[in-house]
Amino acid sequence: MFDLEGYGPTIFGGAIVTIELAVLSLLMALVLGLLGALGKLSSNRLAKGVATFYTTLIRGVPDLVWMMLLYFGGQIAINQIFDFLYYEFGIDYYPQFNEFVSGVITIGLIFGAYMSETFRGAFMAVDRGQIEAGKAYGMSNWMVFRRIMFPQMMRHAIPGIANNWQVLLKTTALVSVIGLADMVRLATEAAKSTGEPFKFFLPVAVVYLAIAALSDFTFRQLNIKFSAGVVKG
Amino acid sequence: MGQQDAPLIATDIHKRFGEHEVLKGISLEAHKGDVISVIGSSGSGKSTFLRCINMLEIPTSGDIQVHGETVKFRQTKKGERLPADIRQVEKMRAQLSMVFQSFNLWSHMTVMENIIEAPIHVLGVDRKEAMDRAEEHLNRVGLWDRRDYYPAHMSGGQQQRAAIARALAMNPEVMLFDEPTSALDPELVGEVLKVMRGLAEEGRTMVVVTHEMAFAKDVSNKVMFLHQGKIEEYGNPKEVFNNPKSERFKQFISPSY
Repeated sequence: MFDLEGYGPTIFGGAIVTIELAVLSLLMALVLGLLGALGKLSSNRLAKGVATFYTTLIRGVPDLVWMMLLYFGGQIAINQIFDFLYYEFGIDYYPQFNEFVSGVITIGLIFGAYMSETFRGAFMAVDRGQIEAGKAYGMSNWMVFRRIMFPQMMRHAIPGIANNWQVLLKTTALVSVIGLADMVRLATEAAKSTGEPFKFFLPVAVVYLAIAALSDFTFRQLNIKFSAGVVKG
Repeated sequence: MGQQDAPLIATDIHKRFGEHEVLKGISLEAHKGDVISVIGSSGSGKSTFLRCINMLEIPTSGDIQVHGETVKFRQTKKGERLPADIRQVEKMRAQLSMVFQSFNLWSHMTVMENIIEAPIHVLGVDRKEAMDRAEEHLNRVGLWDRRDYYPAHMSGGQQQRAAIARALAMNPEVMLFDEPTSALDPELVGEVLKVMRGLAEEGRTMVVVTHEMAFAKDVSNKVMFLHQGKIEEYGNPKEVFNNPKSERFKQFISPSY
């Protein structure tokens, strides 16, 4: 029943691409989000400025436009760098800017900006006294961060991360515009050649829904883990 | 008198927040076994003074010496005073356990985890040993059966006793108490004071910022009364309470008489 006139295996292969893309983008977004939040909360003016510039710039431009800009712009940048290497040093090597890498970078950058806000709010929700107690017992700043601030911040951040992840997952569909063979792209092609869009897009919708349901479950488990010791109101 | 005998010496501590000078030169010398109560009305600077001792607030001027070692400072270009060596401050803080008004037990850890956290990660004590010692401290504050509870599931009095066990687990030179009973319901104050009285009797060196006049009078061997950032009265509680020299201190203690 999943044969789908022979397109089935290809489309579900595309689902793997979608998942890989989403997970790698999420990891990048989490790292950028943490850095962005720390930058925004920093007393260092430069760090604050860079972080604010990053989130403002990213969030002010549509995702689709970023996708195009970074993919085509990335290719041009790479060509220029390797042109330079060729003319200056005679290195004759021209890598193709990979759609997958481009997709991860774009989605990671976009959601890093949203995660920055999530983490920033979560850090601010940690009680000052908790941090002072760490310092008063001789902990270094790094230890206070690792042992107290981070785990306590995460309990406030998990719902926001879950929310961002659900949106991120669906944003991966945008990579089909730069030609990456994800689930949506493959379904589009199948639909065009057979003239039966519903046959292909319905299963695609179901796969997205299944991933979303699974992540919902995972985040609920994480929420329980990080909410240890919280009294539920 | 050797420095070994005075684990904590604070000399001429000043603290200024902007234009407002909160501390105008406070000195304190705690000898082994001293229980010093610091009292005074709100805004007298007593909590700020305690926080200056373990550098949660950085004194604008003045020196702090813990176990014979003086904290080193440096001056920034803007004239701000900062600790010269943060490692030295961390080492010093590990010898001065603090008990906070609002307990500040780490809310994501159980009572046991709270108690073994700093001994393991700051002092480098082996986990097994830290847990054995923690059980002793839990027994003495009467919370052995609550060791696997999270702070949020305990009463204020229990939380503060757990916080005292956490402080004891550092085997500190001096214990600092910042209004340890002020956030408690009246019926819970007694259980915390009882534990503190026990610590005083076994010869722990303690500096206690408090509103509990009975504790200051009966348990401590020295009383410091602060008013507007200055020491207004200092000495043995019997003498100080019976023959107050300062008018302000007379006024301060009169309602309770």
